[in-house]
Order: sequence, then C-alpha cells, then structure tokens
Amino acid sequence: MFTYYFDLALRSLKRNKVLTALMVLAIAVGIGASMTTLTVMHLLSGDPLPGRSGHIYYPQVDATPAGYTKGGPLDMLDYRSAVDLWSARRADRQALIAGSDVKVSAPGSNQPPVMRPMLATTADFFPMFDVPFRYGSSWTTADDAARARVAVISASLNDRLFGGRNSVGRTLHLKDSDVRIVGVLDAWRPSPLFYDVRGGRFAQGQTAGFYGKPEDVFMPFFGALEVNAGNFWQFTCWGKVTTPGRLQNQPCVWVGLWVQLESASRAADYRAFIASYAREQKALGRFAETRVRMMHLMQWLDFNHVVPSDVKLQTWLAFAFLAICLFNTIGLLLAKFLRRGGEIGVRRALGASRRAVFAQCLVEAGVVGLVGGIGGWLLTLAGLWLVRRQPVEYADMAHLDLGMFGVTFALAIAASLLAGVLPALRASRVTPALQLKTL
Amino acid sequence: MQIAPILAALRKHRLATVLIALEIALACAVLCNACFIIASRLSAMHVESGIDEPALATVQLTGYDPSQSVDVDARALAALRAVPGVQSVTLLNSIPFGARRGTAGITTDAERQHFGGVIEFYVGAPGSLDALGSRIVAGRGPRPEDFQPFTGFMPNEANVQITQALADHLWPGVDPLGKEFWMLKSHYRVVGVLKTLVRPDPPGWTPQERLWSVFVPAQPGPYLTGSYLLRADPKEMPRVMRDALAAVARALPEVVIDRDASQTLTDLRHETFRNDRIMAGLMLGVIAALLLVTALGIVGLASFWVAQRRKQIGVRRALGATRGDILRYFQTENFLIVSLGIALGMLLAYALNVALMQVYELPRLPLAYLPVGALALWVLGQLSVLAPALRAAAVPPVVATRSV
Repeated sequence: MFTYYFDLALRSLKRNKVLTALMVLAIAVGIGASMTTLTVMHLLSGDPLPGRSGHIYYPQVDATPAGYTKGGPLDMLDYRSAVDLWSARRADRQALIAGSDVKVSAPGSNQPPVMRPMLATTADFFPMFDVPFRYGSSWTTADDAARARVAVISASLNDRLFGGRNSVGRTLHLKDSDVRIVGVLDAWRPSPLFYDVRGGRFAQGQTAGFYGKPEDVFMPFFGALEVNAGNFWQFTCWGKVTTPGRLQNQPCVWVGLWVQLESASRAADYRAFIASYAREQKALGRFAETRVRMMHLMQWLDFNHVVPSDVKLQTWLAFAFLAICLFNTIGLLLAKFLRRGGEIGVRRALGASRRAVFAQCLVEAGVVGLVGGIGGWLLTLAGLWLVRRQPVEYADMAHLDLGMFGVTFALAIAASLLAGVLPALRASRVTPALQLKTL
Repeated sequence: MQIAPILAALRKHRLATVLIALEIALACAVLCNACFIIASRLSAMHVESGIDEPALATVQLTGYDPSQSVDVDARALAALRAVPGVQSVTLLNSIPFGARRGTAGITTDAERQHFGGVIEFYVGAPGSLDALGSRIVAGRGPRPEDFQPFTGFMPNEANVQITQALADHLWPGVDPLGKEFWMLKSHYRVVGVLKTLVRPDPPGWTPQERLWSVFVPAQPGPYLTGSYLLRADPKEMPRVMRDALAAVARALPEVVIDRDASQTLTDLRHETFRNDRIMAGLMLGVIAALLLVTALGIVGLASFWVAQRRKQIGVRRALGATRGDILRYFQTENFLIVSLGIALGMLLAYALNVALMQVYELPRLPLAYLPVGALALWVLGQLSVLAPALRAAAVPPVVATRSV
C-alpha cells in the first residue's frame, strides 16, 4: 500500500510543479538554517571527554580575605593551596595547570623567535585527559619532582620547527633555557578547551575564546615556573602585585587543579578532604573563609556558560525561521489537498476509508519532506562552509558528522509530517457527495 | 469597498486565514527583533573613540625581560623615530581597540566601600595623550611633573584625566575636578576631563561602560615598556607601518614582534568588531530569507484562492463588477489578514524580546521598531498578492456562463 501511495504522491507532486517547488524550497531553507546552527551548537556544547568527563573534577578553595568575594571561591587557586592539594595525592590522578606565553626558538634554526602559549602542568595531565602522542611520550612524576628541563610540544609546533619529523630528543630553546623534547602530540582538538575554561560567567556571553587550540608547549609545572618566570598569567589578584608574572608569593589566584576520581565514594572522600583542608587553613589563619566548591567537568562547563550567546541566539532564530517555513508549508499543503477535493471525493465514494485518505496525504507530505531534506542537507553543507570561513576560534571544527546527517533527514521528514497532519485531516473529512456533485 | 463580504468569505476559510496570519505574526516578531539586534550591533560598531584613529598605529614587542626595558625601549624608539613619515612615537600600556593591560575595579573612597565600576587605565609616557588626539574639555592636561617613575601594575599616586562618561557615572551632576578615586591602595586625583576615550575592548560592555577610561601619566620603565603608539600622516600610514616593523626587526633581532597586535588602529578597530559585523550580516540574511518565504507563502495561498473562486469571480464580473473591484477585493483581503497577523505579531515580538532579554542581556525593544516592522509586512503582503490578484482581475465574465 505504501509503495502505491508513494507512487500517487510522486504523480500528484509532478502535477503542480510550482506549488511543489515552493513547499520543497520552504522546507529546505528552514532545515538548512536550523541544521547549520544546530550542528554548531552540537559541536560547542558536546562532551570534550566522552566516557570519562564524569570522573574529572575541578576542586576549589578560597584564599581571599574576608568579604572579598560574594558567592563561592574564585575560579583558580593560589599557589600554596594548589601545591598543598596536589602534593597530598588524595585523588586517582591530579594535575596542576598554569598558563603563560613563552619565547620559543629551535637552536640552529634561522627562524626568528616566536611567542607561543605554554602550559605548565604535571605528568598526570596526559593520561588523565587521554592526550594522543605521535612521537615519544609524557614525562614522568620523577621529572615533576626534579624540575626537569623537558617538554612535550604540539603537532603544529613540531611541523613549524622540525618539518613534522620525529623531534624527540632534540633541544628547544625556551626563553633563556634549553629543554629536551620528550614527546610530540598527535592532532588533538578538544571542544571546548575544557581544562582552560574559567571566568565564563563574567564574559557576558563572549565565550568563543574557550574553543581555541591547545597550547604548543607543555612543561613540568615547577620546571616551567623557573624557565618562564615573570610571564605567568594571573586569574585575578586581591592586593598589589610586586613581582608580576612570578606569582608564587603574590596575593593572586592563577593555578588550576584537575583531579580524576574513579567512584562516587572517592569523590565524596575528596570533597571531605578539601573541606577539612579549608578548615585547617582557617585555623592556621591563612584562610578567612572555609568555602569550597568541587564540580565535575560538565558541571564546570555549564557553570561557565561555555556556549557563546551569539551561537544560542542564532539557534533560536533558526528555529523561529523553521517554524515560519512550517506554517508556510501547512498553508501550501492545505491548498494542494483541498484543490484535489474532487479526486478525494471519488476515492471516498469508491470505498476508501478516512484513514486511507489521511495516510495517502501524509505520505505525500513525507515525500515533500524527503526532497526538502536533500535540499536542506545541501544548504547545511553550504551553511557550514560559510561558518568555516568565519574568523572564529571554532571555525575549523564545523563539519557535518554522520549523526547530524541523520538528524537532518529525520528533522525534515518530521517537520513535513507535522505540517501535513492538519491538511491531511481536512482532506480526509471531505464529504464525498458534495464533491461528486460539482464534478 | 465593502468589508463585510470579505470577512464572510474569510470565515469560510478560517484555517488557511489563521495559518497565514500566524506566519505573518511570527515573521513580524522575528523581523522586529532581528532589526533591533542589527541596530544595536551597528551602534556598537560606530562607537566614537575620541582619538585620531587614521593617524595612529601601534607596535607591540614581547619576549624580553622587564629588566632590559630601558635598553629595549631606547633602541626601539630610536629605530621607530628614524622611519621617514613618523611624526611621534610614545609609550602607552593599553591601546584603543588593541592590547588591554589596565582593566581594574575602582572605589570612590579609601575604605573600599563605594565600588565605582571596572574601568580602563591608560598608563602613558609624556606625549602619549597628545598623540592620541583626545580632547580635554575641562581642567588641564598632564604637566611634565605629573609623569613619575613607578613599579608594579600602575603608579601608586597620580594626577589623572578621566572621560566625561566616567565623570558622569562616578559623580553625576558634580564638578569632577579635584575628586579622588582608589584602585586597591593606589590613589588618583582628577585634574582634567577628556571628551571621550574608548576602552580597548568595547564589545562586551554596555554603551556607557565602553567609555569608562582614565589616563594616568607615568615614566617608562619595567612596567611600561614594549607598547608603542605611532603617529603619522594617514595617507602614508601603510608604508610607514611596513617600514616601522622592518626597522624594529633590524634593530632588535632578539625580541619578538607581536605581529597580530602590531597594526594600524583602523585595522585593529575593524578586527575588534568582526563578530558584530558577522552577526549583523547573518541577521540581514535571516531577514531576507524570512521575507522571501513569507512572500512565497502568500503567493501560494492567494493563487489557490483565485483558482478556487474563478467561477464566483466570473459571476461577479458578469453582474457588473469592474476589474478594479476584483483587484481591490483581493488586496483588501490580504490587508485584513496581514493586519491580523501584525496585531498578533506585535505581542509576539514583545514576548520574544522579553525572552531574549533574560537569556542574552539584550536591552528592551524600542516601540519604534513595531510600526516599522508592520509597514514592511504590509508592503510585502500587497506586493506578493499583486500577481494573483491581477490574474483574478483578468478572469473574463464569460466564465460565469460555463458549467455552473
């Protein structure tokens, strides 16, 4: 029966080409606009560590003077708290992070030195975040303790300095020091760059910067603090900074701590641990507040409103636009079905049930949706091509994956069926006698 | 023109009428809000900077230790001043539309009880305020003795110039000259008022906050280094900029030139509003597609109605109605439906704006947008119904005699 209705639908659509084209165009444009924005939304609001994000936590304590902040602790830690919590080793894995720009050159190369972002971190960073290596591997915990002059570099820096060859064992000149390369990362592009997300709730929705590329140089935390002293970035300070960029003893928060906790009970234990740490520090007179906060990765991203407000606005608009296209299609389908009142009357008089007429009309609407879906898919590809040409941080990631390809057609057919229900109901209620009289 | 028969006819086609009206209503809501977003982005893009943008450029150096600042600045200034066409080179920590190095919260009392907002501190060496070209409307500009050496983020104590916008915000209706404010323990006294001076990063601030800047005079040193403001004839700017970068690269091979940040202020401004331009372009695209789809919907449905009513039109024509009568009938019908849609659409536009306000810190939709949106949709409706209505008017009276 379905194939017969399908055949009828094709015939009917062919009969009035202009009306059909209008409907297909409306669906295609609506689907193209909404799928383009939906793909970008999907890309920006996804889980950067699928399967393990639930075990990654961001513990925070509060070292600010009394009454300095309302609400919870600041987005990063002061040096002493961060190092205390990290050295306690109470989590399954733990990594400190601090950011800076470092002057990079390769000895023997005639290229001028460049400033590149560097992440000072600890050995657990790489296994905890599942970072892929092309050559070599991470440094060891012994290197962390020994303040070793070693580094892991990104694939793009390796391409730039060493032409993409295996550079493990070679020397890199960072500021005034020579460090040995122990590893080169493979292509790695988490979306967002989750471990550097902070301060999003003060960004007034301008959060596209969270989707940038990972740093080019990774160095053992304490070694990096020596090598690139004077260049470290603070999140914020509550007193006068006397040695900018050397923040170990300054009234500033500038170090992040990420921990991996494999079970809910481990997480509860860790929560209790940081709470007791805060109480102990208050007793020692170093903390004024005992406030702590520990969110898991996805909560932290949510807390920082990572999806840029412009993108959300575009998605809203695209769906309002799809709604308009749907109203349009409903109107046109209604016109189309009712114009065939005579034909439907004959079918009904010959014994077709209302249900059969309804089904036939819906199949026709579905065919419009399918063709519109193909158009919508092409328009989505065009839309994403336009997004990739925009100078925004996430532009290079805007591609249609298989899932969203499926969603395109599902949405197109669902939309057209939805649009078809009302006109099909109307058509199935045609009174055969009245129609036959006018034939 | 009799409206009663049109309304009677519309009552027979309630469903289709309501559908078109709803489509118009949604279109009206989106149209008003999209136009409003475009207008607010455009107004942000046209923020008055208060400086001689076309005559200004910046060179940004990094990759050296602050302890070398005296040597690096001396060599860089000498190299830049030797470039033909350069009128002046001075040091300025933050650059309008460029580097941002002086954003901090202030209080209007030493006890830090009265928060004055987050403002931008432009810390500049002698000559930098003149080079910017920012006009002083009250009080005085910096005197040579105001420029003092300092350590740390900013001078501890200074006589400063603030913008009129900041003065109005901190001390509304009061003469700001002689007033004081504090940043942590640092203390500043207002001695001059600037007409306007934009912050480095105007997007992301409200229209008032965009102009909350202060000029702090200071001597170059480890904390005011590597950020140069160049002044040259606007006509020669591209060549001067090329030569300046080459001269610095020759004179200081060991330091790093931040090439992304070293640009003319015109280019930096262009880049600052990149996202707003994209958003405004996107909104224009949405509006165009929206109007097109709505117009196609009206054309489709009106054509259907004309085809359906051929016989009735023929009868009316046979009974003496002129072509004009038929044309006006369809035009009036369209006007009534569109009006219904617009009435609904205005409420919807307002509701959409309230929803957007809560999620995106958008200001309230000014009422002026509603009649503009309405007018656009009326014109659109009349234009799209014209072709089907003309076809209806062309139906000959003889149709009435056939097959009734």
